[in-house]
Amino acid sequence: MKNILFIFTTGASLVLATLLLSAAGVENFVLATGKGSFGTLQVPAQASMERGKQVYLQVCLACHQVDAGGVQGMTPTLVKTTYVLGPKTPLIKIVLNGMTGAVTVNGDDFHNVMAPHSDLTDQQIADVLTYVRNSFGNKASAVTVTQVKAARAANKPAGK
Amino acid sequence: MQHSIHQPKRTSWKLFYLLMGLSLTGLIACGAGGGNGNKTDSASTAAATADTSWALKPTDSATMISDSLKLPAGFAATTLVENLGRTRHIAVAPNGAVFVKLSKLQDGKGIYRLMDTNGDGKADKSFGFCNYTGTGMAIRDGYLYASSDTCVYRYKLDKDFNVVDPNHPEKIVTGLLARGEHEPKAITLDYSGNLYVNIGAYSNSCQLQDRTKGSPGQRPCPILDSAGGIWQFKADVPNQTYGDDHHYATGLRNVVGFDWNQQTNSLFVMQHGRDQLHDLFPDIWDTKQSAELPAECMYELHKGSDCGYPYIFYDQFQHKKILAPEYGGDGKKTAGDSAQDPVMAFPGHLAPDGLLFYTGNQFPGRYKNGAFIAFHGSWNRAPEPQEGFFVVFAPFENGKPTGKWEIFANNFSGGDAQTASGRADHRPCGLAQGPDGSIYVTDDSKGFVWKISYKQ
Repeated sequence: MKNILFIFTTGASLVLATLLLSAAGVENFVLATGKGSFGTLQVPAQASMERGKQVYLQVCLACHQVDAGGVQGMTPTLVKTTYVLGPKTPLIKIVLNGMTGAVTVNGDDFHNVMAPHSDLTDQQIADVLTYVRNSFGNKASAVTVTQVKAARAANKPAGK
Repeated sequence: MQHSIHQPKRTSWKLFYLLMGLSLTGLIACGAGGGNGNKTDSASTAAATADTSWALKPTDSATMISDSLKLPAGFAATTLVENLGRTRHIAVAPNGAVFVKLSKLQDGKGIYRLMDTNGDGKADKSFGFCNYTGTGMAIRDGYLYASSDTCVYRYKLDKDFNVVDPNHPEKIVTGLLARGEHEPKAITLDYSGNLYVNIGAYSNSCQLQDRTKGSPGQRPCPILDSAGGIWQFKADVPNQTYGDDHHYATGLRNVVGFDWNQQTNSLFVMQHGRDQLHDLFPDIWDTKQSAELPAECMYELHKGSDCGYPYIFYDQFQHKKILAPEYGGDGKKTAGDSAQDPVMAFPGHLAPDGLLFYTGNQFPGRYKNGAFIAFHGSWNRAPEPQEGFFVVFAPFENGKPTGKWEIFANNFSGGDAQTASGRADHRPCGLAQGPDGSIYVTDDSKGFVWKISYKQ
């Protein structure tokens, strides 16, 4: 009986610690173990997903739309594309720098300008990319604040 | 398993139970507080709070059937062709041959000539040619005119309106700017040997940094000298390009639907109004206001016309030209005293891609000289529901509206949910009138071409 109580209590303490760490804004704390970007049981922290959703609603939705499916000829979809599910640094740089010029996604061209969003904090960028990579049918590893910080530091957009 | 920690007295277990209780309480509190982050309220539709005569009427969802247009009594539609791809603008020859321009090559071709030889409403002969994509399509004086995003070409037609030399068009206009945004070069012609070309502004509102919050508008807007207006050329002179005597009208953000009105002998255009009032200036416009504003405006142009873009937009609730926020506007300040007022103003972001003044005798008399407008459908109303994806009719006489506009052909989207989400089955684009007085509508989503006729 005491064994069970001890295990249960330790587990509850671990969860509490997780919540405290998330609330403090430290890196998205992944509850399951495992490394690598794909194929492991990684679940982004709920708080991060909620924050990321707010950023998406306020900053991204107007162009990428409610279902992240984009707009024909103008704004590319964010659903299951290599841009979104692939390497994190180029994706972070798109959020920081925006995009100009036509981009081809899944065989279609898109022409509208994407404004830079370097005014978002590292946490906001980590959260919204984690949210997009794990919503709308997407499934991919979370983007961390550390990764955003590193990408921002190495980011040298042309003409700025 | 054995306890590996030192087992204290009974009071330490009470501490553990207390910690457990606190954890569970914390879990429950976070779960409740996290909740639904959706901050947009769930009310309503596109209906405006002010002057509702300009707001969209709710659609009649009871009769919406997928793949079937909803038309007024006495009208019926057939599909001349289906799944031709990105069919944009359309022209119909006096013998009924239909030409459509594609913005994406279909089987390697950018123009299709379609013919219904047995009168069953469906094309049974088709001929594809042209290796460039684009939007513009028009027929005048024995020639087919077509545009890419930088040039206008023409093809001689024989007496049966077959293209004489499809692989060697004559280049009439060259060197037009195409800088990402608003690239399609819609065209139309008058009856005096002139060709009109839209050159859309490669910008939303001529900010220094396009679509970027906090970036100021540029005054003077440097785009206007070579885009953001209508250029006029001779219909029969090769290799024309920019030049002072070709600049016909300015201050127009992007025109896709336009038509020569034969009653007034003047050019009428439909402007795609600017986007993102709320995204860029959330302190002035909320999401609902931004979904309706600014109006999509119809203008009547003459040489030298200035419609005020980017410095003003038309607010159809205040009935005024409002100073654009990028230039110091606050939603109330007016400006553009020397810019034109619109002939008609429609709800925001509907994307007017086709305009046709009806001159036929097949439809009932009230339609004669009136305007059909194809609304491609919105994207910039999000997070509010999207709107459009229909053809409207407005009665006109001598270039002046004589009544309110009404939805004429509906259900291109396939239903209310498809309209609201913007994920429409079909998106109306081009309009043309046939020799028998039927009208044709293209869809640039899947490439359906409808022929709409009136049966007595």
